[in-house]
Amino acid sequence: MASTETKTVTDAGSVEAGLDALEVVATGRTPFRQTFTGKILPPVVATVVVLVVWQALISFGIVDDPTKLPSPAAVGGEFKRAWLEGTLLGYIWTSVSRGLLGFLFALAIGTPLGLLVARVKFVRAAIGPVLSGLQSLPSVAWVPPAVIWLGLDNSMMYAVILLGAVPSIANGLVSGIDQVPPLFLRAGRTMGATGVRGAWHIVLPAALPGYLAGLKQGWAFSWRSLMAAEIIASSPDLGIGLGALLENGRNASSMSMVFEAIFLILFVGIAIDLLIFSPLERWVLRSRGLLVKS
Amino acid sequence: MATTFAEAAETVEHAARIEHVSKSFATPGGQQLVLDDISLDVAPGEFVTLLGASGCGKSTLLNLVAGLDRPSAGSIATDGRPALMFQEHALFPWLTAGKNIELALKLRGVAKTERRERAEQLLELVRLRGSYGKRVHELSGGMRQRVAMARALAQDSQLLLMDEPFAALDAITRDLLHDELTRIWAETGVSVLFVTHNVREAVRLAQRVVLLSSRPGRVAREWRVDIPQPRRIEDAPVAELSLEITEVLRGEIRRHGQH
Repeated sequence: MASTETKTVTDAGSVEAGLDALEVVATGRTPFRQTFTGKILPPVVATVVVLVVWQALISFGIVDDPTKLPSPAAVGGEFKRAWLEGTLLGYIWTSVSRGLLGFLFALAIGTPLGLLVARVKFVRAAIGPVLSGLQSLPSVAWVPPAVIWLGLDNSMMYAVILLGAVPSIANGLVSGIDQVPPLFLRAGRTMGATGVRGAWHIVLPAALPGYLAGLKQGWAFSWRSLMAAEIIASSPDLGIGLGALLENGRNASSMSMVFEAIFLILFVGIAIDLLIFSPLERWVLRSRGLLVKS
Repeated sequence: MATTFAEAAETVEHAARIEHVSKSFATPGGQQLVLDDISLDVAPGEFVTLLGASGCGKSTLLNLVAGLDRPSAGSIATDGRPALMFQEHALFPWLTAGKNIELALKLRGVAKTERRERAEQLLELVRLRGSYGKRVHELSGGMRQRVAMARALAQDSQLLLMDEPFAALDAITRDLLHDELTRIWAETGVSVLFVTHNVREAVRLAQRVVLLSSRPGRVAREWRVDIPQPRRIEDAPVAELSLEITEVLRGEIRRHGQH
Protein backbone atom coordinates (compact mmCIF):
# COMPACT_ATOMS: atom_id res chain seq x y z
CA MET A 1 0.00 0.00 0.00
CA ALA A 2 2.72 2.40 1.08
CA SER A 3 4.61 2.02 -2.16
CA THR A 4 1.60 2.70 -4.37
CA GLU A 5 0.81 5.70 -2.22
CA THR A 6 4.19 7.32 -2.76
CA LYS A 7 3.98 6.57 -6.42
CA THR A 8 0.60 8.24 -6.82
CA VAL A 9 1.74 11.23 -4.85
CA THR A 10 4.92 11.88 -6.80
CA ASP A 11 2.97 11.35 -9.99
CA ALA A 12 0.41 13.93 -8.98
CA GLY A 13 3.18 16.39 -8.17
CA SER A 14 4.95 16.13 -11.51
CA VAL A 15 1.72 16.12 -13.52
CA GLU A 16 0.64 19.18 -11.63
CA ALA A 17 3.92 20.97 -12.29
CA GLY A 18 3.44 20.24 -15.99
CA LEU A 19 -0.12 21.49 -15.95
CA ASP A 20 0.89 24.67 -14.12
CA ALA A 21 3.56 25.32 -16.72
CA LEU A 22 1.07 24.75 -19.54
CA GLU A 23 -1.57 27.04 -18.12
CA VAL A 24 0.52 30.00 -17.10
CA VAL A 25 0.59 32.63 -19.79
CA ALA A 26 3.90 34.39 -20.21
CA THR A 27 3.68 38.16 -20.24
CA GLY A 28 6.44 40.50 -21.26
CA ARG A 29 7.01 44.17 -21.82
CA THR A 30 5.74 45.81 -24.96
CA PRO A 31 8.67 46.56 -27.27
CA PHE A 32 9.49 50.24 -27.61
CA ARG A 33 8.76 50.25 -31.34
CA GLN A 34 5.19 49.14 -30.65
CA THR A 35 4.77 51.76 -27.92
CA PHE A 36 6.12 54.39 -30.29
CA THR A 37 3.81 53.63 -33.22
CA GLY A 38 0.82 52.87 -31.00
CA LYS A 39 1.01 55.49 -28.27
CA ILE A 40 3.45 58.28 -29.10
CA LEU A 41 3.12 58.78 -32.84
CA PRO A 42 -0.68 59.36 -33.12
CA PRO A 43 -0.90 62.40 -30.79
CA VAL A 44 2.24 63.88 -32.37
CA VAL A 45 0.67 63.52 -35.84
CA ALA A 46 -2.58 65.07 -34.60
CA THR A 47 -0.72 68.05 -33.14
CA VAL A 48 1.23 68.58 -36.36
CA VAL A 49 -1.99 68.44 -38.42
CA VAL A 50 -3.61 71.10 -36.20
CA LEU A 51 -0.56 73.35 -36.53
CA VAL A 52 -0.47 72.92 -40.32
CA VAL A 53 -4.19 73.74 -40.68
CA TRP A 54 -3.77 76.72 -38.37
CA GLN A 55 -0.81 78.04 -40.37
CA ALA A 56 -2.68 77.43 -43.62
CA LEU A 57 -5.63 79.53 -42.40
CA ILE A 58 -3.20 82.41 -41.89
CA SER A 59 -0.97 81.89 -44.95
CA PHE A 60 -3.82 81.62 -47.42
CA GLY A 61 -5.55 84.60 -45.89
CA ILE A 62 -8.70 82.68 -44.97
CA VAL A 63 -8.66 84.39 -41.58
CA ASP A 64 -6.97 87.72 -42.01
CA ASP A 65 -7.43 89.36 -38.65
CA PRO A 66 -4.62 88.88 -36.05
CA THR A 67 -6.95 90.14 -33.30
CA LYS A 68 -9.17 87.10 -33.98
CA LEU A 69 -6.61 84.48 -34.89
CA PRO A 70 -2.92 85.11 -34.27
CA SER A 71 -0.37 83.12 -36.25
CA PRO A 72 1.39 80.17 -34.61
CA ALA A 73 4.56 82.21 -34.79
CA ALA A 74 2.99 85.11 -32.87
CA VAL A 75 1.81 82.76 -30.09
CA GLY A 76 5.24 81.15 -30.08
CA GLY A 77 6.75 84.61 -29.76
CA GLU A 78 4.57 85.25 -26.74
CA PHE A 79 5.90 82.07 -25.09
CA LYS A 80 9.44 83.08 -25.92
CA ARG A 81 8.98 86.56 -24.47
CA ALA A 82 7.49 85.23 -21.24
CA TRP A 83 10.33 82.72 -20.99
CA LEU A 84 13.02 85.36 -21.58
CA GLU A 85 11.40 87.70 -19.07
CA GLY A 86 11.45 84.81 -16.64
CA THR A 87 7.71 85.03 -15.96
CA LEU A 88 6.52 81.86 -17.73
CA LEU A 89 7.37 79.41 -14.94
CA GLY A 90 5.98 81.91 -12.42
CA TYR A 91 2.55 81.89 -14.11
CA ILE A 92 2.53 78.11 -14.17
CA TRP A 93 3.75 77.70 -10.61
CA THR A 94 1.21 80.17 -9.19
CA SER A 95 -1.65 78.15 -10.60
CA VAL A 96 -0.21 74.66 -10.18
CA SER A 97 0.74 75.17 -6.54
CA ARG A 98 -2.74 76.51 -5.83
CA GLY A 99 -4.36 73.68 -7.73
CA LEU A 100 -2.36 70.91 -6.08
CA LEU A 101 -2.68 72.32 -2.57
CA GLY A 102 -6.43 72.77 -3.08
CA PHE A 103 -6.61 69.23 -4.41
CA LEU A 104 -4.84 67.89 -1.33
CA PHE A 105 -7.36 69.69 0.88
CA ALA A 106 -10.16 68.22 -1.22
CA LEU A 107 -8.59 64.79 -0.78
CA ALA A 108 -8.44 65.20 2.99
CA ILE A 109 -12.11 66.18 3.12
CA GLY A 110 -13.54 64.04 0.32
CA THR A 111 -12.07 60.74 1.54
CA PRO A 112 -13.64 60.61 5.01
CA LEU A 113 -16.82 62.08 3.57
CA GLY A 114 -16.98 59.32 0.96
CA LEU A 115 -16.36 56.66 3.62
CA LEU A 116 -19.15 58.09 5.73
CA VAL A 117 -21.61 58.20 2.83
CA ALA A 118 -20.71 54.66 1.76
CA ARG A 119 -20.89 53.07 5.19
CA VAL A 120 -23.59 54.98 7.11
CA LYS A 121 -27.07 54.48 5.67
CA PHE A 122 -28.50 57.64 7.21
CA VAL A 123 -25.72 59.82 5.86
CA ARG A 124 -26.11 58.25 2.43
CA ALA A 125 -29.84 58.91 2.34
CA ALA A 126 -29.30 62.44 3.64
CA ILE A 127 -26.50 63.76 1.45
CA GLY A 128 -25.80 61.10 -1.17
CA PRO A 129 -28.10 62.60 -3.83
CA VAL A 130 -26.84 66.12 -3.11
CA LEU A 131 -23.27 64.94 -3.49
CA SER A 132 -24.01 63.41 -6.89
CA GLY A 133 -26.01 66.49 -7.91
CA LEU A 134 -23.17 68.82 -6.97
CA GLN A 135 -21.02 67.15 -9.61
CA SER A 136 -23.21 68.56 -12.33
CA LEU A 137 -23.15 72.08 -10.89
CA PRO A 138 -20.49 74.08 -12.79
CA SER A 139 -18.06 75.16 -10.12
CA VAL A 140 -17.83 78.63 -11.68
CA ALA A 141 -21.19 79.20 -9.98
CA TRP A 142 -19.36 79.15 -6.65
CA VAL A 143 -17.03 82.03 -7.56
CA PRO A 144 -19.38 84.97 -6.82
CA PRO A 145 -20.49 83.69 -3.38
CA ALA A 146 -16.90 82.72 -2.52
CA VAL A 147 -15.71 86.24 -3.37
CA ILE A 148 -18.46 87.74 -1.22
CA TRP A 149 -17.79 85.43 1.72
CA LEU A 150 -14.02 85.31 1.68
CA GLY A 151 -12.92 88.33 -0.32
CA LEU A 152 -10.37 88.40 -3.12
CA ASP A 153 -7.65 86.23 -1.71
CA ASN A 154 -6.25 82.71 -1.88
CA SER A 155 -8.75 81.24 0.58
CA MET A 156 -11.51 82.05 -1.90
CA MET A 157 -9.59 80.13 -4.60
CA TYR A 158 -9.28 77.12 -2.30
CA ALA A 159 -12.96 77.26 -1.40
CA VAL A 160 -13.91 77.08 -5.08
CA ILE A 161 -11.52 74.19 -5.67
CA LEU A 162 -12.93 72.28 -2.69
CA LEU A 163 -16.52 72.76 -3.81
CA GLY A 164 -15.55 71.50 -7.26
CA ALA A 165 -13.38 68.54 -6.28
CA VAL A 166 -14.76 67.15 -3.02
CA PRO A 167 -17.96 65.70 -4.55
CA SER A 168 -15.99 63.87 -7.26
CA ILE A 169 -13.53 62.38 -4.82
CA ALA A 170 -16.25 61.35 -2.36
CA ASN A 171 -18.45 59.90 -5.11
CA GLY A 172 -15.52 57.94 -6.55
CA LEU A 173 -14.89 56.33 -3.20
CA VAL A 174 -18.58 55.58 -2.70
CA SER A 175 -18.93 53.85 -6.05
CA GLY A 176 -15.64 52.03 -5.46
CA ILE A 177 -16.94 50.68 -2.16
CA ASP A 178 -20.33 49.81 -3.65
CA GLN A 179 -18.63 47.70 -6.29
CA VAL A 180 -16.57 45.59 -3.89
CA PRO A 181 -17.58 42.00 -4.70
CA PRO A 182 -19.58 40.51 -1.78
CA LEU A 183 -17.43 37.39 -2.08
CA PHE A 184 -14.40 39.36 -0.85
CA LEU A 185 -16.35 40.55 2.17
CA ARG A 186 -17.44 36.99 2.99
CA ALA A 187 -13.92 35.67 2.51
CA GLY A 188 -12.64 38.44 4.76
CA ARG A 189 -15.20 37.68 7.44
CA THR A 190 -14.31 34.00 7.58
CA MET A 191 -10.70 35.09 8.05
CA GLY A 192 -11.68 37.36 10.91
CA ALA A 193 -11.56 40.67 9.07
CA THR A 194 -14.61 42.40 10.47
CA GLY A 195 -15.29 46.00 11.48
CA VAL A 196 -12.29 48.31 11.20
CA ARG A 197 -9.96 45.47 10.22
CA GLY A 198 -12.36 44.49 7.48
CA ALA A 199 -12.49 48.07 6.21
CA TRP A 200 -8.72 48.41 6.27
CA HIS A 201 -7.70 45.04 4.85
CA ILE A 202 -10.58 44.29 2.50
CA VAL A 203 -12.95 47.15 1.68
CA LEU A 204 -10.46 49.96 1.07
CA PRO A 205 -8.00 48.04 -1.09
CA ALA A 206 -10.88 46.51 -3.04
CA ALA A 207 -12.36 49.99 -3.61
CA LEU A 208 -9.05 51.50 -4.75
CA PRO A 209 -9.73 51.47 -8.53
CA GLY A 210 -13.00 53.40 -8.08
CA TYR A 211 -11.32 55.77 -5.65
CA LEU A 212 -8.51 56.49 -8.11
CA ALA A 213 -11.02 57.21 -10.88
CA GLY A 214 -12.63 59.67 -8.46
CA LEU A 215 -9.26 61.30 -7.74
CA LYS A 216 -8.58 61.68 -11.43
CA GLN A 217 -11.91 63.36 -11.99
CA GLY A 218 -11.40 65.36 -8.79
CA TRP A 219 -8.17 66.77 -10.19
CA ALA A 220 -9.87 67.72 -13.46
CA PHE A 221 -12.59 69.49 -11.47
CA SER A 222 -10.02 71.21 -9.21
CA TRP A 223 -8.16 72.56 -12.18
CA ARG A 224 -11.29 73.75 -13.98
CA SER A 225 -12.67 75.42 -10.87
CA LEU A 226 -9.39 77.15 -10.21
CA MET A 227 -9.17 78.51 -13.76
CA ALA A 228 -12.73 79.82 -13.53
CA ALA A 229 -11.90 81.50 -10.23
CA GLU A 230 -8.68 83.01 -11.57
CA ILE A 231 -10.36 84.40 -14.67
CA ILE A 232 -13.27 85.97 -12.84
CA ALA A 233 -11.56 87.13 -9.70
CA SER A 234 -8.33 88.74 -10.76
CA SER A 235 -6.65 91.08 -8.37
CA PRO A 236 -3.06 92.33 -8.13
CA ASP A 237 -2.78 90.77 -4.65
CA LEU A 238 -3.41 87.31 -6.04
CA GLY A 239 -0.38 87.22 -8.33
CA ILE A 240 -0.64 86.21 -11.96
CA GLY A 241 -1.71 82.66 -12.50
CA LEU A 242 -2.77 81.19 -15.82
CA GLY A 243 -6.37 82.34 -15.47
CA ALA A 244 -5.26 85.89 -14.71
CA LEU A 245 -2.90 85.74 -17.69
CA LEU A 246 -5.85 84.90 -19.91
CA GLU A 247 -7.87 87.75 -18.49
CA ASN A 248 -4.91 90.14 -18.90
CA GLY A 249 -4.60 89.10 -22.52
CA ARG A 250 -8.26 89.87 -23.09
CA ASN A 251 -7.93 93.28 -21.43
CA ALA A 252 -4.88 94.06 -23.53
CA SER A 253 -6.70 92.84 -26.68
CA SER A 254 -3.74 90.51 -27.24
CA MET A 255 -5.10 87.40 -28.83
CA SER A 256 -1.68 85.76 -28.84
CA MET A 257 -1.49 86.16 -25.06
CA VAL A 258 -4.97 84.65 -24.73
CA PHE A 259 -3.85 81.70 -26.86
CA GLU A 260 -0.69 81.39 -24.79
CA ALA A 261 -2.78 81.17 -21.61
CA ILE A 262 -5.21 78.64 -23.07
CA PHE A 263 -2.37 76.42 -24.26
CA LEU A 264 -0.71 76.58 -20.86
CA ILE A 265 -3.94 75.68 -19.04
CA LEU A 266 -4.49 72.75 -21.35
CA PHE A 267 -0.86 71.68 -21.09
CA VAL A 268 -0.80 71.69 -17.29
CA GLY A 269 -4.08 69.80 -17.03
CA ILE A 270 -2.85 67.10 -19.38
CA ALA A 271 0.63 66.97 -17.87
CA ILE A 272 -0.60 66.42 -14.30
CA ASP A 273 -2.92 63.70 -15.51
CA LEU A 274 -0.21 62.00 -17.56
CA LEU A 275 2.49 62.32 -14.92
CA ILE A 276 0.52 61.48 -11.77
CA PHE A 277 -2.94 60.01 -12.20
CA SER A 278 -2.67 57.86 -15.31
CA PRO A 279 0.48 56.00 -14.16
CA LEU A 280 -1.08 55.46 -10.73
CA GLU A 281 -4.29 54.13 -12.24
CA ARG A 282 -2.47 51.92 -14.73
CA TRP A 283 -0.24 50.53 -12.03
CA VAL A 284 -3.21 49.60 -9.83
CA LEU A 285 -5.18 48.06 -12.68
CA ARG A 286 -2.21 46.18 -14.08
CA SER A 287 -1.22 44.70 -10.74
CA ARG A 288 -4.75 43.32 -10.46
CA GLY A 289 -4.83 41.99 -13.98
CA LEU A 290 -7.61 44.42 -14.91
CA LEU A 291 -5.71 46.13 -17.69
CA VAL A 292 -6.24 44.06 -20.80
CA LYS A 293 -3.76 44.54 -23.59
CA SER A 294 -5.59 44.90 -26.84
CA MET B 1 -21.47 34.09 16.01
CA ALA B 2 -19.08 34.71 18.88
CA THR B 3 -21.18 32.65 21.26
CA THR B 4 -21.18 29.72 18.88
CA PHE B 5 -17.40 29.70 18.70
CA ALA B 6 -17.06 30.15 22.45
CA GLU B 7 -19.15 27.08 23.17
CA ALA B 8 -16.56 25.08 21.30
CA ALA B 9 -14.32 24.42 24.27
CA GLU B 10 -16.87 22.05 25.79
CA THR B 11 -17.14 19.88 22.71
CA VAL B 12 -13.57 19.05 21.87
CA GLU B 13 -14.51 15.57 20.68
CA HIS B 14 -16.18 17.12 17.63
CA ALA B 15 -14.71 19.35 14.97
CA ALA B 16 -18.28 20.46 14.34
CA ARG B 17 -21.53 19.54 16.02
CA ILE B 18 -24.71 20.52 14.22
CA GLU B 19 -27.80 19.87 16.34
CA HIS B 20 -31.38 20.14 15.09
CA VAL B 21 -30.56 23.07 12.85
CA SER B 22 -33.32 24.66 10.79
CA LYS B 23 -33.10 27.70 8.60
CA SER B 24 -35.84 29.61 6.85
CA PHE B 25 -35.68 32.73 4.74
CA ALA B 26 -38.32 35.38 4.30
CA THR B 27 -39.59 35.37 0.70
CA PRO B 28 -42.43 37.32 -0.92
CA GLY B 29 -44.54 34.16 -0.60
CA GLY B 30 -43.90 33.86 3.14
CA GLN B 31 -41.29 31.99 5.14
CA GLN B 32 -39.45 29.40 3.12
CA LEU B 33 -37.90 26.51 5.01
CA VAL B 34 -34.49 25.71 3.51
CA LEU B 35 -32.99 23.44 6.14
CA ASP B 36 -35.16 21.23 8.32
CA ASP B 37 -33.85 19.72 11.54
CA ILE B 38 -30.34 18.84 10.41
CA SER B 39 -28.15 17.01 12.90
CA LEU B 40 -24.61 16.11 11.90
CA ASP B 41 -21.31 15.65 13.68
CA VAL B 42 -17.87 15.87 12.14
CA ALA B 43 -15.23 14.07 14.18
CA PRO B 44 -11.74 15.51 14.50
CA GLY B 45 -9.76 14.61 11.41
CA GLU B 46 -12.81 13.27 9.60
CA PHE B 47 -13.58 13.96 5.95
CA VAL B 48 -17.32 14.33 5.33
CA THR B 49 -18.98 15.27 2.05
CA LEU B 50 -22.41 16.83 1.92
CA LEU B 51 -24.11 15.75 -1.24
CA GLY B 52 -27.34 17.02 -2.71
CA ALA B 53 -29.16 18.39 -5.72
CA SER B 54 -30.00 22.06 -6.16
CA GLY B 55 -32.19 23.46 -3.44
CA CYS B 56 -30.96 21.13 -0.69
CA GLY B 57 -29.47 24.08 1.17
CA LYS B 58 -25.96 22.63 1.32
CA SER B 59 -24.30 26.00 0.82
CA THR B 60 -26.67 27.54 3.36
CA LEU B 61 -25.64 24.92 5.89
CA LEU B 62 -21.96 25.64 5.22
CA ASN B 63 -22.54 29.36 5.72
CA LEU B 64 -24.18 28.61 9.06
CA VAL B 65 -21.24 26.47 10.15
CA ALA B 66 -18.85 29.20 8.99
CA GLY B 67 -20.70 31.70 11.16
CA LEU B 68 -21.65 33.88 8.19
CA ASP B 69 -25.32 33.45 9.05
CA ARG B 70 -27.38 32.31 12.05
CA PRO B 71 -29.66 29.28 12.18
CA SER B 72 -33.38 29.90 12.75
CA ALA B 73 -33.42 27.04 15.23
CA GLY B 74 -30.92 24.59 16.66
CA SER B 75 -27.28 25.07 17.48
CA ILE B 76 -23.91 24.72 15.83
CA ALA B 77 -20.70 24.34 17.76
CA THR B 78 -17.27 24.32 16.19
CA ASP B 79 -13.81 24.10 17.65
CA GLY B 80 -12.68 27.63 16.85
CA ARG B 81 -13.45 29.61 13.72
CA PRO B 82 -13.67 27.32 10.68
CA ALA B 83 -11.87 28.16 7.46
CA LEU B 84 -14.02 28.39 4.34
CA MET B 85 -13.13 27.80 0.71
CA PHE B 86 -15.46 28.89 -2.06
CA GLN B 87 -16.18 27.75 -5.59
CA GLU B 88 -14.52 30.97 -6.74
CA HIS B 89 -11.00 31.32 -5.40
CA ALA B 90 -11.88 34.59 -3.58
CA LEU B 91 -8.20 35.57 -3.50
CA PHE B 92 -7.61 39.28 -3.14
CA PRO B 93 -6.25 40.61 -6.44
CA TRP B 94 -4.41 43.50 -4.81
CA LEU B 95 -2.16 41.05 -2.99
CA THR B 96 0.33 38.51 -4.29
CA ALA B 97 -0.27 34.80 -3.67
CA GLY B 98 2.09 34.90 -0.70
CA LYS B 99 0.57 38.07 0.75
CA ASN B 100 -2.92 36.57 0.51
CA ILE B 101 -1.75 33.78 2.77
CA GLU B 102 0.04 36.22 5.04
CA LEU B 103 -3.12 38.25 5.48
CA ALA B 104 -4.84 35.19 6.94
CA LEU B 105 -1.85 34.70 9.23
CA LYS B 106 -1.89 38.34 10.23
CA LEU B 107 -5.60 38.33 11.03
CA ARG B 108 -4.97 35.27 13.20
CA GLY B 109 -2.30 37.18 15.10
CA VAL B 110 0.85 35.46 13.81
CA ALA B 111 3.92 37.61 14.44
CA LYS B 112 5.26 39.51 11.45
CA THR B 113 8.64 37.78 11.56
CA GLU B 114 7.08 34.33 11.22
CA ARG B 115 4.55 35.10 8.50
CA ARG B 116 6.82 34.97 5.48
CA GLU B 117 8.30 31.62 6.43
CA ARG B 118 4.89 30.13 7.27
CA ALA B 119 3.45 31.37 3.97
CA GLU B 120 6.32 29.76 2.06
CA GLN B 121 5.70 26.49 3.90
CA LEU B 122 2.03 26.56 3.02
CA LEU B 123 2.82 27.27 -0.62
CA GLU B 124 5.21 24.36 -0.55
CA LEU B 125 2.43 22.19 0.91
CA VAL B 126 0.17 22.95 -2.07
CA ARG B 127 3.16 22.50 -4.40
CA LEU B 128 3.45 26.12 -5.39
CA ARG B 129 6.96 26.84 -4.22
CA GLY B 130 8.26 29.91 -5.99
CA SER B 131 4.82 31.43 -6.49
CA TYR B 132 5.06 33.72 -3.45
CA GLY B 133 5.35 36.89 -5.52
CA LYS B 134 2.88 35.92 -8.23
CA ARG B 135 -0.20 38.04 -8.73
CA VAL B 136 -3.55 36.25 -8.68
CA HIS B 137 -4.21 36.92 -12.37
CA GLU B 138 -0.89 35.35 -13.28
CA LEU B 139 -2.00 31.99 -11.88
CA SER B 140 -4.11 29.33 -13.60
CA GLY B 141 -7.48 28.28 -12.17
CA GLY B 142 -6.04 25.24 -10.47
CA MET B 143 -3.15 27.21 -9.00
CA ARG B 144 -5.56 29.82 -7.66
CA GLN B 145 -7.60 27.18 -5.87
CA ARG B 146 -4.42 25.76 -4.38
CA VAL B 147 -3.41 29.20 -3.10
CA ALA B 148 -6.94 29.54 -1.71
CA MET B 149 -6.45 26.19 -0.01
CA ALA B 150 -3.15 27.36 1.45
CA ARG B 151 -4.83 30.54 2.66
CA ALA B 152 -7.61 28.53 4.29
CA LEU B 153 -5.03 26.29 5.96
CA ALA B 154 -3.21 29.40 7.16
CA GLN B 155 -6.15 30.06 9.45
CA ASP B 156 -4.97 26.96 11.30
CA SER B 157 -8.49 25.95 12.21
CA GLN B 158 -9.57 22.43 13.09
CA LEU B 159 -12.25 22.48 10.45
CA LEU B 160 -12.00 23.25 6.76
CA LEU B 161 -15.30 24.00 5.03
CA MET B 162 -15.29 23.64 1.27
CA ASP B 163 -18.16 24.90 -0.87
CA GLU B 164 -17.85 23.10 -4.23
CA PRO B 165 -14.25 24.32 -4.51
CA PHE B 166 -13.43 22.38 -7.67
CA ALA B 167 -16.73 22.76 -9.54
CA ALA B 168 -15.41 25.49 -11.85
CA LEU B 169 -12.22 23.65 -12.81
CA ASP B 170 -11.57 21.50 -15.85
CA ALA B 171 -11.63 17.73 -15.35
CA ILE B 172 -7.87 17.19 -15.52
CA THR B 173 -7.16 19.85 -12.93
CA ARG B 174 -10.00 18.69 -10.70
CA ASP B 175 -8.63 15.16 -10.70
CA LEU B 176 -5.23 16.39 -9.60
CA LEU B 177 -6.68 18.60 -6.91
CA HIS B 178 -8.58 15.60 -5.52
CA ASP B 179 -5.22 13.89 -5.08
CA GLU B 180 -3.79 17.02 -3.51
CA LEU B 181 -6.66 17.49 -1.11
CA THR B 182 -6.49 13.86 0.02
CA ARG B 183 -2.75 14.21 0.59
CA ILE B 184 -3.05 17.51 2.46
CA TRP B 185 -5.92 16.21 4.57
CA ALA B 186 -3.79 13.20 5.56
CA GLU B 187 -0.73 15.39 6.24
CA THR B 188 -2.44 18.06 8.30
CA GLY B 189 -5.09 16.02 10.10
CA VAL B 190 -7.64 18.77 9.51
CA SER B 191 -11.35 17.90 9.49
CA VAL B 192 -13.11 18.62 6.24
CA LEU B 193 -16.76 19.30 5.51
CA PHE B 194 -16.98 19.32 1.73
CA VAL B 195 -20.08 20.31 -0.20
CA THR B 196 -20.63 19.01 -3.72
CA HIS B 197 -23.30 17.92 -6.18
CA ASN B 198 -20.88 15.51 -7.82
CA VAL B 199 -21.49 11.99 -6.50
CA ARG B 200 -18.18 10.53 -7.68
CA GLU B 201 -16.27 13.42 -6.22
CA ALA B 202 -18.03 12.85 -2.91
CA VAL B 203 -17.14 9.15 -2.89
CA ARG B 204 -13.61 9.74 -4.17
CA LEU B 205 -12.80 12.07 -1.27
CA ALA B 206 -14.85 11.23 1.78
CA GLN B 207 -14.86 8.85 4.69
CA ARG B 208 -18.54 9.56 5.05
CA VAL B 209 -21.05 10.80 2.47
CA VAL B 210 -24.16 12.57 3.76
CA LEU B 211 -27.00 12.90 1.27
CA LEU B 212 -29.36 15.81 1.73
CA SER B 213 -32.87 15.84 0.31
CA SER B 214 -34.13 19.03 -1.33
CA ARG B 215 -36.72 21.63 -0.35
CA PRO B 216 -36.38 21.54 2.54
CA GLY B 217 -32.93 20.12 3.11
CA ARG B 218 -32.97 17.11 5.40
CA VAL B 219 -30.42 14.38 6.01
CA ALA B 220 -31.74 11.66 3.70
CA ARG B 221 -29.06 9.02 4.16
CA GLU B 222 -25.45 8.45 5.10
CA TRP B 223 -22.80 6.11 3.74
CA ARG B 224 -19.46 5.17 5.25
CA VAL B 225 -16.84 4.90 2.55
CA ASP B 226 -14.32 2.24 3.51
CA ILE B 227 -12.43 2.18 0.23
CA PRO B 228 -8.74 2.72 1.12
CA GLN B 229 -6.98 5.89 0.03
CA PRO B 230 -5.41 6.78 -2.33
CA ARG B 231 -8.47 6.25 -4.47
CA ARG B 232 -9.03 7.28 -8.02
CA ILE B 233 -12.29 8.51 -9.37
CA GLU B 234 -12.18 5.67 -11.94
CA ASP B 235 -11.75 2.90 -9.33
CA ALA B 236 -14.38 0.17 -9.48
CA PRO B 237 -15.42 0.42 -5.80
CA VAL B 238 -15.78 4.19 -6.16
CA ALA B 239 -17.92 3.74 -9.24
CA GLU B 240 -20.01 1.05 -7.58
CA LEU B 241 -20.85 3.10 -4.51
CA SER B 242 -21.43 6.16 -6.67
CA LEU B 243 -23.99 4.21 -8.65
CA GLU B 244 -25.81 3.19 -5.50
CA ILE B 245 -25.83 6.75 -4.12
CA THR B 246 -26.91 8.17 -7.47
CA GLU B 247 -29.94 5.88 -7.47
CA VAL B 248 -31.02 7.16 -4.05
CA LEU B 249 -30.29 10.76 -5.09
CA ARG B 250 -32.42 10.37 -8.22
CA GLY B 251 -35.20 8.92 -6.12
CA GLU B 252 -35.06 12.02 -3.92
CA ILE B 253 -35.14 14.32 -6.95
CA ARG B 254 -37.97 12.36 -8.59
CA ARG B 255 -40.27 13.05 -5.65
CA HIS B 256 -40.29 16.73 -6.61
CA GLY B 257 -41.74 16.09 -10.06
CA GLN B 258 -44.68 14.08 -8.77
CA HIS B 259 -47.00 16.84 -7.62
